[in-house]
Amino acid sequence: MTTVITATTPATAAPKAPVEEHERDERQGPDEYVEMTVRDAIALALREELLADEHVFIMGEDIGAYGGSYVVTKGFFEEFGDRRIRDTPIAESVIVGAAIGAAMGGLKPIVELMTINFSLLAIDQIVNHAAKILYMSGGQVNIPIVLRMVTGGGSQLGAQHSQNLESWYARVPGLTVVCPSTPYDALGMMRQAIQEANPYIFVEHSLLYRAKGKVPKRYYTVPSGQSVVRREGKDVTLVGYLRSSVLNLQAAEILAKEGIEATVIDLRSLRPLDLEPVITSVEQTNRAVVSEDAWLTGGISSEVACQIQERAFDFLDAPVQRVNGADVPAPYSRELEELAYPAVDDIVRAVRATLQ
Amino acid sequence: MNVSAPANPAVAGETDDKPSDETLIAWLREMQLIRRFEERAAEMYTRRKIGGFLHLYVGEEAVAVGTIARLRPQDYIVSHYRDHGHAIARGLDPNRIMAELFGRSTGVSHGKGGSMHLYDTTHNFLGGYAIVAGHLPIACGLALSAVTLGEDRVCLCIFGDGAANEGEFHEALNLASLWKLPVIFLCENNLYGMGTALAAASASSELYKFAEAYNMPGARCDGMDVSDCYRGMGVALEHCRSGAGPYFLEAMTYRFRGHSMADPELYRSKEEVAQWRMKDPIQMLRRDLVDHGAITEDEADRLFQQVEDQIDAAVQFADQSPNPDPAELYTDIYAESGRSHRAVRHRSAVGETTHGDEG
Repeated sequence: MTTVITATTPATAAPKAPVEEHERDERQGPDEYVEMTVRDAIALALREELLADEHVFIMGEDIGAYGGSYVVTKGFFEEFGDRRIRDTPIAESVIVGAAIGAAMGGLKPIVELMTINFSLLAIDQIVNHAAKILYMSGGQVNIPIVLRMVTGGGSQLGAQHSQNLESWYARVPGLTVVCPSTPYDALGMMRQAIQEANPYIFVEHSLLYRAKGKVPKRYYTVPSGQSVVRREGKDVTLVGYLRSSVLNLQAAEILAKEGIEATVIDLRSLRPLDLEPVITSVEQTNRAVVSEDAWLTGGISSEVACQIQERAFDFLDAPVQRVNGADVPAPYSRELEELAYPAVDDIVRAVRATLQ
Repeated sequence: MNVSAPANPAVAGETDDKPSDETLIAWLREMQLIRRFEERAAEMYTRRKIGGFLHLYVGEEAVAVGTIARLRPQDYIVSHYRDHGHAIARGLDPNRIMAELFGRSTGVSHGKGGSMHLYDTTHNFLGGYAIVAGHLPIACGLALSAVTLGEDRVCLCIFGDGAANEGEFHEALNLASLWKLPVIFLCENNLYGMGTALAAASASSELYKFAEAYNMPGARCDGMDVSDCYRGMGVALEHCRSGAGPYFLEAMTYRFRGHSMADPELYRSKEEVAQWRMKDPIQMLRRDLVDHGAITEDEADRLFQQVEDQIDAAVQFADQSPNPDPAELYTDIYAESGRSHRAVRHRSAVGETTHGDEG
């Protein structure tokens, strides 16, 4: 499944969908677009905010002289210097803790934690501290930080570098968790993240960095807690985020050739989680398939499936199907790893199961 | 556990500041205020007015009073879960601290933090934290913000001997020294991490020596002697404010009561506790002041009676304060969003923040 990732913008992937229309300001006339990758989009937002606000700084492992292990901050060190682009020791807890303290003192830290696997060394700071301080202080101290982390497998990196742990953070009140799968969302969500007053977890998928898409030249942001309909169809509702959202669009193409029209919804934000479009869609399609790369047990797909049955039970013509990663540590072997993460065919099969 | 005279004042260097009798009398009163606050809190705990955990600072008062006396208003403090004494020494309103312990809306954290999470941004008192060593990284960040913004502040970071074995302790010491951050790491070494003796938990019993490994100066002071804490803090501040980076100060102290109210104290002998009580920082200072004629016994009694009245008032204030509104359950989870985080920060600004209105 690692070969089929070609994320596309709504404009090219699903021409009949009213995607993101709600975000356009019609008074500005038709948008002009530029094409860029997800990586470019994140870098653009970071650079914009670094230029706009001297309180913004980035800290993390190898983001400076090295240029970032996923090359997002390449050239920043030279442009902004070592005060704004701070290389840190490999010490995740103090990186996040120092960001929390710096935010308390009036700065706007953006942290690159390299991967979500390494964020576990800082989970005390993220969950016990960043998410709690506003509440524990009775509203006196807010923590405006952005934590960037890369999630996901599919690159044969083995069990310790391939996890999808974003749903863990999505369980925690006080945190916001966003998962952009397109350049449009990456740019708009990062702009929004940096302006927010709260701890913001910005999850990037390693296989989507090179995904291309068009973004408008006009300034826009994408708030958290707004799912988006990527494609509309009457027969089944496909729900996913990050890589699974891309797979859902590919599955919809295949299904369309069989005469099955799928609605595809990209959650984009795991906390807050916006299921209104999902419920509305299921009320019309009467069928739903929820997919994610993460493990089956106790994840986002569980939450979405649960809420669909709570809120749209009478509309369902078939049990909600889930397509998840296997409940196993990620294997190294390419052949085994391909079995460990969902593929387009898995989603197509799940859709057929809801139609039987 | 071998109990020996722990402090070696010579290690911390000398400063020539001798507090005046007037200052010493003020410190005596403040230490007594902390002592009686804690003892009355214990009483209120047994009467179920206070819930949760309650960690008392009885015996350690000299550390908070002697060190915090040296800070300026703009300096930050972050502390651990045994934080009532630090809050009182910093000048937070004892009424509102007691109300916080009672879980009332008038509490310093509006009844949502509790004993272990006291906050008051108007005093730059930025939290008691209840994950051992979890606030040491945060202290680094506060100091980083001061340096970055060109502000003349230090951050006092108070923790116990138990924190020295946590990874976050070592990460924070390393970063603070690497980036030359103005953090004073104040270790209150009371010889026990909960019920485990320091010697059973740490490969080194001289915790200030960890500082050397991180290329920062470290020293001990006598945590039972308020003047020595003041002196030790003076050396630490001089170093920090010179721009030379962090400083590690280990105050050798002892808690006279259990770890928390739930502690049956099976791990230490009554004799050991009695021996330390001979060094009671309040009794020692009072005796010293009376002996050299700075205060009479009658005057000291009157001073202590004032404290008694103040604590009575605090208990009464707390008891008569309303509970938080049920709607408070769902507030303060996310700060109000805006185009600029600084706009929000301006409304919940830390102390005398001056950069809050630029966005």
